[in-house]
Amino acid sequence: MALRPIALLGPLLLFLGLAYAVPFLGVVQWSFTLPEPGLGRYGAVLTDPLVQSVFVRTFRICAAVTALAVTAAYAIAYVWVRGSPGQRRFAEFCILVPFWISVLTRAFGWVALLSNRGLINTWLQAAGVIAEPLTLVRNELGVIIGMTHFLIPFAVFPLASAMRNLDERVLLAARGLGASRLRIFWTVFVPMTAAGIIGAALIVFVFSLGFFITPAILGGGRSVMVAELVYLRMFQSPDWGLGAAISVVLVLIVGGLMALLFRFVRPSSMVR
Amino acid sequence: MKQARPGLFALLLAALVALFLLLPIVAVVPVSFTPARFLSMPSGSWSLRHYQALIDNPDWGHSILLSLRIGVVSSLCATALALAFGLGIWMFQPRFAAVLVGFVLLPMIVPPVVSAMTLYFLLTALSKVNDLVGYDTWLGVVLAHTVMIAPFAVVLVLVALAQVDRRIDLAARGLGASLTQRVFMVILPNIKFGVITALLLSFVLSWEEIGVTLFVTSVNAITLPRQMWMGLRDNIDPAIAAISVILILITVAVLAVRMVVTREGNAAGG
Repeated sequence: MALRPIALLGPLLLFLGLAYAVPFLGVVQWSFTLPEPGLGRYGAVLTDPLVQSVFVRTFRICAAVTALAVTAAYAIAYVWVRGSPGQRRFAEFCILVPFWISVLTRAFGWVALLSNRGLINTWLQAAGVIAEPLTLVRNELGVIIGMTHFLIPFAVFPLASAMRNLDERVLLAARGLGASRLRIFWTVFVPMTAAGIIGAALIVFVFSLGFFITPAILGGGRSVMVAELVYLRMFQSPDWGLGAAISVVLVLIVGGLMALLFRFVRPSSMVR
Repeated sequence: MKQARPGLFALLLAALVALFLLLPIVAVVPVSFTPARFLSMPSGSWSLRHYQALIDNPDWGHSILLSLRIGVVSSLCATALALAFGLGIWMFQPRFAAVLVGFVLLPMIVPPVVSAMTLYFLLTALSKVNDLVGYDTWLGVVLAHTVMIAPFAVVLVLVALAQVDRRIDLAARGLGASLTQRVFMVILPNIKFGVITALLLSFVLSWEEIGVTLFVTSVNAITLPRQMWMGLRDNIDPAIAAISVILILITVAVLAVRMVVTREGNAAGG
């Protein structure tokens, strides 16, 4: 019998079904059975003060990172889309170089800049601005800086795509009617790219929720976020049930946010 | 009529963002030349000792070779699976295509830590039945990486296929070509650049992968990012700066070549 195209769908679906979907059900099962059967792990997620404080810190950091990354991305996406050819090429370089460099290298770069013996403290002390090194890393500030840096390129792509698809004639009409540059920007350009802004914000927020490497390195164990808590519960105080329960809660939150995203933005419109 | 160029304020703000984006990448360079054993700026004297350490300590070489091997195998697997899937969607156009694509994109959307937990579950379970593909084995890492990078390969294959003219496939079919002939003689030649891009991106993603690798390895399968992670967590080893500078140089060189090639392509095309 001849092979039919539908057979081509099989291998990947089978592979991800067996290697991803089924094991995820195993994790769900852990969340109900380890160390003892029951809903205790979910009770801990809802009531344990430590877990609660980690969730609150995670949302606080993610909100700050989202606001900063989307604003910064808007500025550079604007120049990338509407600048002169030279400005565009430079903006593209600044967006793509960090995008392709690994998360570890980038986190390390921030350690080199921000640590007590790092470049910023060395310069400031040499210039006589400060006597004692500032604590810029191994705290929430360092985490926010590192995560914002990581996520700016991810916010740029949906924003740039919204700016490219904008109908130029509307801006010309506004100019023709005598609106100032600032007014055109705020009352025409920004509202017309609103879908891109919402898309970028949700992408950055969702990404930052599960973020793990940057907070672990730049937070120095002092500002633990949810994903790092899972890692610690898995490998330092083996408590797989709690790690699994937090994973399930994260999936539910991300699922809700993605549903929200698709109500505002068509997924196909976000591909550049 | 020409569109308005960004004003001074927009340019200034974008320049600040550009500075912020490049700063940590540039900062790694001087640190890699410090003569001190700890992370610091070279004050006065410069040294290559941390580059020498990369050669002297066999762990770095081993982890680089392991990462290359894992990257090659998992990117081939992921791209092959993604290609078959993409062709299936494109040729068969099932009514539930959106659901199927959504399902295979899950590892890209779900928080990495949840995927890590899931793959840890899978590999520890597999360890109980075999010692080849399991926790802390190189094939186990290949399995985990293939899950994580397949969605990215799927996106690139689908984007490439979206640009193929369906009529050429219809013509081949009308002339009696079999499925194999349609795929290998008609469609693949038209999407070869998309497939090569998918392979390259998958390789880079596997080469850099750390979030999941951390959960599924412990002492045997130490990839390059895993090796860097250990140096970063314990006490910060300036050898990380040296390896980072090498990785940054490779990235910048590849991007520069790509930007020049696309610019010439654009110039030639119009």
